[in-house]
Amino acid sequence: MQLYDKTFESRLLLGTALYPSPAIMAEAARASRAEILTVSLRRESAAQRTGQDFWALIRETGATVLPNTAGCHSVKEAVTTAQMAREVFNTSWIKLEVIGEADTLQPDVFGLVEAARILSEDGFAVFPYTTDDLVVAERLVEAGCRVLMPWGAPIGSGRGLNNPYALRTMRAHFPDVPLIVDAGIGLPSHAAAAMELGYDAVLLNTAVAKAGDPVRMAQAFAKAIEAGRAAYEADPMEMRDMAAPSTPVLGKAFLA
Amino acid sequence: MRVSVIGAGVAGLVAATELAERGATVTVLERGASVGAEACSWFAGGMLAPWCERESAEEAVVVRGRLALDWWPRHFAGTVRAGTLVVAPARDAAELHRFARRTAHFTSLDQDGVAALEPDLAGRFRSGLFFAEEAHLDPRAALAALAAGLAARGVDLRLGVDADTTEVAADAIVDSRGFAAREQLKDLRGVRGEMVIVRSTEIHLTRPVRFLHPRIPLYIVPRSEGRFMIGATMIESDHRGPMTVRSALELLNAAYAVHPAFAEAEIVEFGANVRPAFPDNLPRVTRDGDILRLNGLYRHGFLLSPSLAQQAADILLPVEVTA
Repeated sequence: MQLYDKTFESRLLLGTALYPSPAIMAEAARASRAEILTVSLRRESAAQRTGQDFWALIRETGATVLPNTAGCHSVKEAVTTAQMAREVFNTSWIKLEVIGEADTLQPDVFGLVEAARILSEDGFAVFPYTTDDLVVAERLVEAGCRVLMPWGAPIGSGRGLNNPYALRTMRAHFPDVPLIVDAGIGLPSHAAAAMELGYDAVLLNTAVAKAGDPVRMAQAFAKAIEAGRAAYEADPMEMRDMAAPSTPVLGKAFLA
Repeated sequence: MRVSVIGAGVAGLVAATELAERGATVTVLERGASVGAEACSWFAGGMLAPWCERESAEEAVVVRGRLALDWWPRHFAGTVRAGTLVVAPARDAAELHRFARRTAHFTSLDQDGVAALEPDLAGRFRSGLFFAEEAHLDPRAALAALAAGLAARGVDLRLGVDADTTEVAADAIVDSRGFAAREQLKDLRGVRGEMVIVRSTEIHLTRPVRFLHPRIPLYIVPRSEGRFMIGATMIESDHRGPMTVRSALELLNAAYAVHPAFAEAEIVEFGANVRPAFPDNLPRVTRDGDILRLNGLYRHGFLLSPSLAQQAADILLPVEVTA
């Protein structure tokens, strides 16, 4: 899988928040075989250069760090946070979140497009957290995004893919843009479903971090994502309304 | 045996108490001008809640934390054993189910059950969990009581002494400086915590109330004279600066959601400090020659310091087993 200038084997991107401890986070990250870990940056931490110890633990996993602008509610906040993240983590990669509504954490798509344009022009590789709206997605690509990350469901809700139809449409509409389902995944089966739709990868955090046993859940997700991708590549059968016998009936003694 | 304990936060004072009780000649050195004021335990919630903590911590916290329920009442008369009440807003009922699945030693309550325990919360929560065996205390009063207890035993407690620049003559040193020991403990990190103390005459609570929310879990601990401690943020940072507006908004907003009367409460104090934590968020005793380093109590200072102190005392002064 190619994301901007890098190639990855794993199709799972894992968040690093909400784990019982950094030690369990690191173990879950290893178990998930994720090669990209997202890290949220609090602006006050970046400004004061604190929080280094936690970030050092993340770097020790050897994974590529994808900082995010979680919790930003305006273009200005998001852009400032991205610039701080570039300095702190020495990377031009940024997962861009501009939150528009506090209860659903739904992205502010207008602010998102604007921030994506500013950051792309500034040389960032932008990973925008967006809805499944095609027009917004078009605007993000125009703004310079080479990856799109539509939601499955609201952040942390664990509801899975709320609108598979819209996600399927998006896949068909952007055959050449890497698409990552970001947010809303609760179970490995949700992740497998996203991969079966032909999505390039899945980004999740709470589903692993808040599981009773995060390490086992990380393994479960790794397997599901691998299975879903294999199923997509194997070209699944079509659904049909009528039964279709898998053994021929010709020559058998049956009454009809 | 002469033991010097460095640091008069909860880790140091509990260790000093335990060692003095086993017959050691103890001296406590504290850099601050008063007991506790420079310690992160000054800002603690003071909940002795091993079962509730299991929601986000390992089983070791329950096993070692149960000791605290016995230790504190023996050393601080102000320890209140009235349990913990856990509630969630109606729309986040799933959080309560999750909490119940992860924990033990509780009874499930309906709306009337919640009201019977805390009449001021009547009609506000349709269900709750009650951890009857848990306890709470006022950390500042508890630290003062330990200091007084040590003084009564003739323990020398020296304030305003920086152990880094002072000659420490002892058979053993107990280093319980918290995050200040970062230089010696390379995998120690800081986890910033912020809290608010408010005063209200309109609301009365008998026990800590934990309010489950997917983003802003919070607890309210009742203290004397109508004061309530509302805590606490958990930020991966070793910054000690003042509380941010964002954190204040989150904590106060959640308190308001528990009871609107908190909107009329007076703000007594905003506080922030840094908890010392190891990567597994569990405390440990590290031996370094004559020095025992007691550290990494994270958010479990009052809960796990008795077990940590006993570990240290077992190393320095093993209890003799008589036939």
